[in-house]
Amino acid sequence: MMEILVGMGTCGLSAGAKATYEALEALAAAHPDHCRLGITGCIGMCYREPLVELRDGETRSLYGDVDPALAGEIFARHVLGAEPLEEHLAWAVDASGATRGAEVDFLDPQQRIVLANCGIIDPESLSDYEARGGYQAARRALVELTPVEVIDLVKASGLRGRGGAGFPTGLKWSFAAGYHADKKYVVCNADEGDPGAFMDRSVLEGDPHAVLEGMIICGHAINAEYGYIYCRAEYPLAIHRLEIAIAAARERGYLGRGLFGKGIAFDIKIKQGAGAFVCGEETALFASIEGERGMPRIRPPFPAEAGLWGKPTNNNNVETYANVPWILRNGAEAYAAIGSEKSRGTKVFALAGRVLRGGLAEVPMGTTIETLVFDIGGGIKDGGRFEAVQMGGPSGGCIPAALKHTPVDFEHIPATGAIMGSGGMVVVDDGTCMVDIARFFLDFTQSESCGKCTFCRVGTLRMLEILNRICRGEGELEDLERLATLAQRIKEASLCGLGQSAPNPVLTTLKYYEDQYRAHIVEKRCPAGVCEALVDFVVNPEACTGCTLCAKACSVDAISGSRKQPHVIDTETCVQCGRCISSCNFGAIFKR
Amino acid sequence: MPSLESFPFELWRYDGSPGELIPLLQSAQEHFGYIPRRAIETIAGVTSIPESSIYGVITFYSQFRLQPMGRHQVRICTGTACHVSNASVLVDAIQDELGIEVDGTTDDGLFTLFTVACLGCCSLAPAMMIDDDTHGRLTPAAARKLLRGIRRKAQREARSEVQP
Repeated sequence: MMEILVGMGTCGLSAGAKATYEALEALAAAHPDHCRLGITGCIGMCYREPLVELRDGETRSLYGDVDPALAGEIFARHVLGAEPLEEHLAWAVDASGATRGAEVDFLDPQQRIVLANCGIIDPESLSDYEARGGYQAARRALVELTPVEVIDLVKASGLRGRGGAGFPTGLKWSFAAGYHADKKYVVCNADEGDPGAFMDRSVLEGDPHAVLEGMIICGHAINAEYGYIYCRAEYPLAIHRLEIAIAAARERGYLGRGLFGKGIAFDIKIKQGAGAFVCGEETALFASIEGERGMPRIRPPFPAEAGLWGKPTNNNNVETYANVPWILRNGAEAYAAIGSEKSRGTKVFALAGRVLRGGLAEVPMGTTIETLVFDIGGGIKDGGRFEAVQMGGPSGGCIPAALKHTPVDFEHIPATGAIMGSGGMVVVDDGTCMVDIARFFLDFTQSESCGKCTFCRVGTLRMLEILNRICRGEGELEDLERLATLAQRIKEASLCGLGQSAPNPVLTTLKYYEDQYRAHIVEKRCPAGVCEALVDFVVNPEACTGCTLCAKACSVDAISGSRKQPHVIDTETCVQCGRCISSCNFGAIFKR
Repeated sequence: MPSLESFPFELWRYDGSPGELIPLLQSAQEHFGYIPRRAIETIAGVTSIPESSIYGVITFYSQFRLQPMGRHQVRICTGTACHVSNASVLVDAIQDELGIEVDGTTDDGLFTLFTVACLGCCSLAPAMMIDDDTHGRLTPAAARKLLRGIRRKAQREARSEVQP
């Protein structure tokens, strides 16, 4: 019988997957003998959502951009008529293993460990997960291996923390294992707050049991009985699926007391974040779980000795835990064989921004930026020119196009001045102002600074003021030096990662795009045409239909023109409020 | 508006364990739409955490509100991917459509407008969330249409309440 699967992650739902599902539901109900309808998580092909997959034995056909009408057509021709709609196929594989479809370049070069089940299984079904080898790794770890053996295995795999810092996971576990206390904790950081990163959301929504299994194995390794998942409240679907997964795992005896017939206990609780970026920092995260303001604490003592509730704690992020079951199932050598010398395994990247194929791509560590952006990502949208990738979010930096051959791993990315971060890769083109990007991130870190350290609280504000000035065309050349000095001080004197890394976006853009800063300061010009004070608003007479909406929207009557004739903006009167741009339905007004 | 009395306190899931303050505040906000003064007093009474500390926690996290919110919460994503996909134009258009600034509530109490750092659907940028539903690949016109649809539905409901 044919299986019909609709991608129901947040990305699918926001592209309209619910309507598609309902259309198929009605059709499937009318033909119960032909097919079974189910849901799945995100396969990473966010740019083609909503996605519908038809599965018939080994044959899989994935359709992209499926609205209810196309769903009806697919049902009539492919499900009932057994005739694939080749022109709508995003990706397909036949019984011989040969792939075809418009998106083979996106999926085929990937190597999936963390995302292996995402978009394949029903994330709300424990038996789906078990059918793919789920909980066998936990069984092996708890039944056959001692905690020391588990830690040695993780060490041998070369797995490093995927949250950004890249600390060796096995070593981290061995620290927490070395302390003895009446209670110990395993914490999973699912407070994915970096703007531009969404791989953790996808894993939690698409394969929640993999994270639970990784945590159970860690619990055994460090001898902890309690686990917490700290998930941000902006991910309601992830929380919902985690709740389902935890309940199912408890019922099946994977969580609770006496796991796998051994005298081992482990249980997991979800804690919802309440909206504070700094809680991605582990000591701030602990404070938040404890019900306090999420402010970082001074280390030492390190969490392995005194973390959550003052007890020995191991904290890793979602992607790190999701790697662990695979390592236990396939062996440390198999994992260590993937990737580059000091960065083993794969990494999930969130491709977004001005790239053609935005989505999640999991590739071996050491893959170059060029491969990710051009081969997998398909290059730049709307014929733009590749300018840079922004990696690591507000703590990271911009890597210019000239460095596109840089391998993406824990050695080569920091050498550029950016950081790996959690794997957000926002592609920017020549229509993006690099000074504005730096200002954007600093605005973010400044408003998210918890206020504990003066350098972070006040220093980032001073930097932001300077950048605002430059973007308004009021900067002076001395500002560049002031920025560099402030950046250095903030990096040195801040307590936690947020402050220490906050100047990175400014430092990298200063390093690679000083000419753009100088254009703003000396020529009072924004080369990308983004900074409002330095550009004029103009009407493209070819696109303008003369609908008069912009003239009505203008707050200062700067727009004139008669009905059905192209309009004109008087740049002297214009105050650049932007109302005309947002009122125009034809995209006829632009900034120059 | 639900009253404190009409709502059994047990439902706030307080199990006496430390660290329950944030979940308590979250369920209070879920119930009232914001955190009223009296909820703070009640929570302080039950948990023995001083009101001043509770207030400190409330003001630290962006999720908590001390003022009532509109019936629908509109969150426009201004994360990196949305920023480079012109989210600022979307913010302008929605402010214009609703006639309020970010963090404001419409006079009819229907909408409160927020911006949020990242919704995690970067490849569908620009995006916004209306209550628990995420909408992607928005244009100013599409966003206006969504909001008008909600407003019309509310008006229809209001009319049918007057004339049953």
